[in-house]
Amino acid sequence: MSSVDFTWLIGGPQGSGVESGANIFSKVCAEMGYQIFGKREFYSNIKGEHSYFTVRVSDQQIRSNVNDVTLMVSFDAETIFRHFNEVSSNGGIIYDSELEDVNTEGVRSLDSPFKERLHKYLESKNKPFTIGGVLEIAKEKGVNLYPVSFKKILENLAQETDNPKLRSLIRMYNVIGVSLSLGLIKMPSDSLFRSIDTIFSKKRQIAEINKQAANYSYNYASKFENFDHSLTGTTKEPHTILVQGHYGTSIGKMVAGCRFQSYYPITPASDESDYLESHQILEVQNNRPGSTTVIQTEDEISAIGMMIGAALTGTRSSTSTSGPGFALMTEAIGWAGINEVPIVITLYQRSGPSTGLPTRHGQDDLLFAVHAGAGDFPKIVYASGDIEESFYDTGRCFNYADVFQIPVIHMMDKFLSSSVVTCKRFDPNKITIDRGKLLDKVEGEYKRFAFTDDGISPRSRLGLDNGIFWNTGDESDEYGHISEDPVERIKMMDKRMSRLDLALKRIPDEEQVISFGAHKHTIISWGSTKGPILDAISMLKKEGIDMGFIQIKLIHPFPTDLVKSLLKDTKIIIDIEANHSGQLGQIFKQNVLKDINYSILKYSGRGMTSTEIFDSLKKIVENKADKREVLSHGA
Amino acid sequence: MALKLADYKTDVHNDWCPGCGDFGIVNALQMALAEMGIERDKATIFSGIGCSGKTSHFINTYGVHTLHGRVLTFAQGGKLANPEMTVVAVGGDGDGLGIGAGHFVAAGRRNVDMTYIIFDNGVYGLTKGQASPTLKLGEQTKSLASPNTNYDVNPIGLAVASGFTFVARGYSYDVRHLKDLIIKAVKHKGLAFLDVLQPCPTYNDINTRDWYAGVDLAQESIERHSRIYKLEDTQFDPLVHYDDEVEVNEKLSQALIKSLEWGTKIPIGVFYQNELISPFTIRLKDQIPNYLENPPAKQKISENGLPITNVSKILDSLEV
Repeated sequence: MSSVDFTWLIGGPQGSGVESGANIFSKVCAEMGYQIFGKREFYSNIKGEHSYFTVRVSDQQIRSNVNDVTLMVSFDAETIFRHFNEVSSNGGIIYDSELEDVNTEGVRSLDSPFKERLHKYLESKNKPFTIGGVLEIAKEKGVNLYPVSFKKILENLAQETDNPKLRSLIRMYNVIGVSLSLGLIKMPSDSLFRSIDTIFSKKRQIAEINKQAANYSYNYASKFENFDHSLTGTTKEPHTILVQGHYGTSIGKMVAGCRFQSYYPITPASDESDYLESHQILEVQNNRPGSTTVIQTEDEISAIGMMIGAALTGTRSSTSTSGPGFALMTEAIGWAGINEVPIVITLYQRSGPSTGLPTRHGQDDLLFAVHAGAGDFPKIVYASGDIEESFYDTGRCFNYADVFQIPVIHMMDKFLSSSVVTCKRFDPNKITIDRGKLLDKVEGEYKRFAFTDDGISPRSRLGLDNGIFWNTGDESDEYGHISEDPVERIKMMDKRMSRLDLALKRIPDEEQVISFGAHKHTIISWGSTKGPILDAISMLKKEGIDMGFIQIKLIHPFPTDLVKSLLKDTKIIIDIEANHSGQLGQIFKQNVLKDINYSILKYSGRGMTSTEIFDSLKKIVENKADKREVLSHGA
Repeated sequence: MALKLADYKTDVHNDWCPGCGDFGIVNALQMALAEMGIERDKATIFSGIGCSGKTSHFINTYGVHTLHGRVLTFAQGGKLANPEMTVVAVGGDGDGLGIGAGHFVAAGRRNVDMTYIIFDNGVYGLTKGQASPTLKLGEQTKSLASPNTNYDVNPIGLAVASGFTFVARGYSYDVRHLKDLIIKAVKHKGLAFLDVLQPCPTYNDINTRDWYAGVDLAQESIERHSRIYKLEDTQFDPLVHYDDEVEVNEKLSQALIKSLEWGTKIPIGVFYQNELISPFTIRLKDQIPNYLENPPAKQKISENGLPITNVSKILDSLEV
């Protein structure tokens, strides 16, 4: 059986419709039964800087990007300069023929480090610093070039449809690019028109014009020759959904019963809050409609303060943020810790430190999350490996928060948030709701922080009859009044901190760690590296190499015994993470008291591809690797 | 059974300094709650950090002693999740106008239906008397090494400019008047701000009880004449009567001008009140029609441990 593994890349200035182009392409491929893994890369900029989208398409399960691009379509020069070398030897480039003479100096947004590297490369190949020059290199490599005058397409279309306005509609370049691509790979066109209808469902006229352009471009490209790749459709897996990165946690929050979310805008976290607000009225079985109160606050300190205030009323409450915002929340996390308030913070990490690479990927905040807040207090740090997982994990995080009455930090990241993937339809029936010792009524004398056998006190909520309690960020007695008594202090500290052991005991093993098998070589990792690791492992398998993988989801408290037992036959431990210092590796060493043999790290701000992980793993198996492999693929 | 004043007191030992102005405020607050007959378990006192932060422990309602500067954030979250609760937030002037000034302004813009009381004494008491945001430029209270180098914040003016819809000032040694102001503030539909002048007997040796009482002014003439006077004893009308730009601007401007009065005559009472601006809860109701009947804290989210939120329409739309 020959399998399809096709990667499409579209690029252009930010604001030129790269994303909607990619959405149309992804939707068409998904509708035709393919699995999709798409990823968006963009600058911290509104308009003009280079953004691009890669969509990997396959008839098998895929969970990552690969290095090679099969078909690139571009309507600007920068995309070609930056990506021409990624296109594989039997791949293709559809480009705007009007750009052939553009040289690197003509593209203002090309930054000088990149230009220097490119010039050096072109000099070594004896080529001019022009689009023509780089395309010659691609051609010599065996890439098929498909020059198209986008301007002429619009002119011809204007003439054919007797609509002179079309001549200047360069906003349609994205749809033209998508349609040329789909024509070239012989994807049936009806799905293209349907997708355009869906995407422009609120703008009928625009949909019509776009369909005309799509039809024209599609037919135009179907006349191109010599392209080896065609995607004519495959059997659709039933109940497949096409989702963006934040859908898992957003829809997860709705199902888990999160009814209050306060947030301050920050990339890449605010998409989640926007989504919750735009779906804030909720349908509830056999009940009146529910709703999520979503509040945009004046800063992240207010976001967490409000969320804690709401949580004290018994409402499942949450916020979503990224590293810099999370930094502002740390004082209040400690308050929630000492006051045993269940809150969930969804932490969409990006590259730090400080503002860092604000729109780029990084798993930089693991140690920070584990240690966030002054003083010793218990919390849970839990990491999702992909979008589908993040839906179910969101439900778990709220349960952990309620059952153990502690703050839960749900680790997500930019790699996940800017992915667009096909996956199995989320199943809300697999989420359970456990509110722990939350009270519906109180009888007799009530002490919010009463000492109990399991260290968890029955929890009243603000406004509940007879359930009066006090909170304070100071150390307190069982009622919640300030106490500086040394004996009470020890008991209170022990009570709170006992939650860590309790969590390890009560959270099922399969929620703590997922083992994809352990071998002589076994990877340990966490979060979004899961997809590219699993794909790299499949690639190794095809070469007869067995590679184990332990995905650690519960990172704090660290499941030391479980991890130890899973790794008992492993000789070589490989840590894979998207940060500089191997943060999980440090936690692992501290707890398991074993060395990490190799680290594969990436901190360029771009997500890992399965290709580069595969390359490094292979080197490790062949004993040719550095102890610290640093990955760098991606523009 | 009707609740008595004593029901609103806890037996927590009060460790404020003898003669502290804070006692008057906590008494007035307890009296106000008793007079309004607010059920103890339907009210929450949120407090900041510092001497005033301990207030919530002395009152026998729900009490949430929060973080320095952040009391308004916790209080708003609680109120928005459970709008049936009576919410009063309290804190010092350093808490609300120094470290928490951003939240003060943002809260004004939101106009959540609750009350915020600032214990205004010009110093950071619990950290031993540093200058706080309301201390005047050039003044040197007793533990300052040199005169204050910062200009003072005008709490009334800032509240008016930020959108608070009820702005008043009280004096902690006029407990009955303060109690009446608190009742007005709690009953106000929207965010009410009360700036309470509260002498710190330990660290503020300038704005003392005697100073407010005008003892220094009285030396020239024999009779005492307090610096403090009540706005309601004058022709001052703080209320915005109709929704008209000229009317609103006039009331805002007169409040601002009045707030600048200091020195030998210090006004207390209501400076500004506007109930024609919608409270935040009503703004939420525009987005969520059943928000008040079914607010976050009242919503049912599960049945027998399983979720009851139906997201199938959303999931259908994502199916390919």
